[in-house]
Amino acid sequence: MKHISRTTLIFLGSIVTFTLVVQVLISLGVLSPFWNTILRQGAVMAIVGLGLNLIYGFNGQFSLGQWGFYAIGAYSAADITYRWTNDANSNGLTVLFFTILLVGASILILYRVFGKIRGVDPLSAFAIYLIAAVGLTALAVSIGNLTAPAVNAILKALPTNIANTLVYLLAVIIGGILAAEVSFLFGLPVLTLGSDYFGIATLGFTIIVKVLLDNSDVMFGFVEMKGARGMIGIPKLTSWIWVMLFLILVIVITRNLLHSSYGRAIISVREDEIAAKAMGIDIGHYKTLTFVLGCLFAGLAGGLYAHINGFLHPDSFNFIKSFDPMIIVVFGGLGSVTGTVFAAFAWQLVLEGILRSILPPGFETWRYVVYPLLLLVMMLLKPNGLFGNYEIPYLRQVLPPLKKPATETQTPAAKESL
Amino acid sequence: MSEQTSTQTRQSRSNGQEILRIEGLTKLFGGLKAVNNFSLSLNKGDLNGLIGPNGAGKTTVFNMITGVYVPTSGSIRFNGQEIAGLEPHKINQMGIARTFQNIRLFSNLTVLDNVRIAYHPHAGYSLTDAIFHNSRYKENERILTERAQEFLAVFNLQDRQHEIAKNLPYGEQRRLEIARALAAEPKLLLLDEPAAGMNPAESVALMDLIHFIRERFDLTILLIEHQMRVVMGICEYITVMDFGEVIARGTPAEIQANPRVVEAYLGPGSAALSEKFRRKRTL
Repeated sequence: MKHISRTTLIFLGSIVTFTLVVQVLISLGVLSPFWNTILRQGAVMAIVGLGLNLIYGFNGQFSLGQWGFYAIGAYSAADITYRWTNDANSNGLTVLFFTILLVGASILILYRVFGKIRGVDPLSAFAIYLIAAVGLTALAVSIGNLTAPAVNAILKALPTNIANTLVYLLAVIIGGILAAEVSFLFGLPVLTLGSDYFGIATLGFTIIVKVLLDNSDVMFGFVEMKGARGMIGIPKLTSWIWVMLFLILVIVITRNLLHSSYGRAIISVREDEIAAKAMGIDIGHYKTLTFVLGCLFAGLAGGLYAHINGFLHPDSFNFIKSFDPMIIVVFGGLGSVTGTVFAAFAWQLVLEGILRSILPPGFETWRYVVYPLLLLVMMLLKPNGLFGNYEIPYLRQVLPPLKKPATETQTPAAKESL
Repeated sequence: MSEQTSTQTRQSRSNGQEILRIEGLTKLFGGLKAVNNFSLSLNKGDLNGLIGPNGAGKTTVFNMITGVYVPTSGSIRFNGQEIAGLEPHKINQMGIARTFQNIRLFSNLTVLDNVRIAYHPHAGYSLTDAIFHNSRYKENERILTERAQEFLAVFNLQDRQHEIAKNLPYGEQRRLEIARALAAEPKLLLLDEPAAGMNPAESVALMDLIHFIRERFDLTILLIEHQMRVVMGICEYITVMDFGEVIARGTPAEIQANPRVVEAYLGPGSAALSEKFRRKRTL
């Protein structure tokens, strides 16, 4: 018999109710499109925050690169749906699909192989990964362009609504996986760095991505991205329901992972790397795993974000913005999933919603004065973040019951007063 | 007399099966020879000590055995397999565990989780099982938790299992660290100054604990210690290092009588002086 625990039911029940109530309010027109957008962006920030919380809060790696991976997810997903809705061409979809498929397979195979061989130095391993990735991407471009007409025909046979939604969902997922694969390649050389140096390196990544996006039309020939002028005409397909579905999925994955032996291994790296190594934990493996998973979440969030406003601009992916998820995670409480989700919504609601509506006209930009002050007060009053280590029951680790000491285990050690 | 008995126990315990053999081990930090041409051999069931003044290179030897440092040259063979230069987690999984000079617990985690992390390489379920929380995850997680709880009971920590590790008193933290190191059932245990910061009563309790775990888990133990009461009380054979080199080997009684050891600890010329004191005391 399948047994679902009470806490799980309560959690899923309440979050589904919340989602539906908001949806009804939106449909009835009680919540204006303005608040609808803010809520959706809050959920998107929660997904980015959860990814960063895995990397920084649970694994202890100070990453400022989330925003770069968010940008990769956003632009790649937007490009797929743009080509489909505006040019009725699915070549964006097929090319990126084969890219993530081939590159992903090569990464998995090479990772297995390098795990078995002793003494491959990280830089030559990185070079091999990179050559494989570039070569397979070139291959994927030709396969993708070849298969595109067939996929076009299939998609056109479907009703327009369903085809659009299908392309949109695939685009978001492909964007996420692409970000994850890029994060793996980027993480190989960089994850060996200590925390502060790692932070600087990832910040550098965000800057690189922004500069590349500024020149995307001239350098890479992505005319539809329009470089520094900003990409327009992306279909606005991210509804409140979709974004919440992804958020629930991300919360459940994070929670299940953390409550397993793998989660404990991830946390042990944060607690003490040297002790973790001495306990047989392959810390390099778990740093990579966490980083890739966190960046997958960032990429998914990017894809969702791109389809909220239908407009992307490289300035939204400026490195300054990469502190936003960091602020959210620290504000909510490092290592608290509840805190991150709550803080993401609160941050978006306060900064973009409430402050914008209560400040007198012409003083909207003063919210960037008010919210740092709020942060300051908050950090002085609750340095562990809003929630500290608190988790709602569903997200809390179930403590196994205390066992009665058995008489047979009365050993010399047991008698000691050490 | 005492010398004779200790040699006898050593011979009776060690059935000649060599578990660790270190030869010509050298570690250079730039121009500094931290360890020079170090050699050591441990038979199954041995309880040996490694002593020497501060900066003699004892912990560096431990770090090389456990893979934290890669030796500049030399070989470390564990059960006949070369392990020098392997990654730490692989060495641990082969059966060498250690504790640290300054306690390194996962201090924000519970006592139970500290032990459960040590079981991670034997978790028995995959990452996918973990993400879906399927039946294989549930079954293996239950077994793993029960094993950890039984294990904590052996060390009389079962009532503390939900406490955060950093909130434990010092002595219990030491005990937890030893418990955690033993959880994955290693063959060889390296203890780095287990009695550091302990009062005499605690040291005695520690010595009992070391004897106990050695019998119970069929262990071979190598320990670094500064408290001579502990070293001389439990070690059967001692290796003395100074300035990265081995200066003496022998039973505790032989080491105590060795003038080079006394000089290494107390400075040149002190051997003669200590000999005078010893005579005075015996008179």
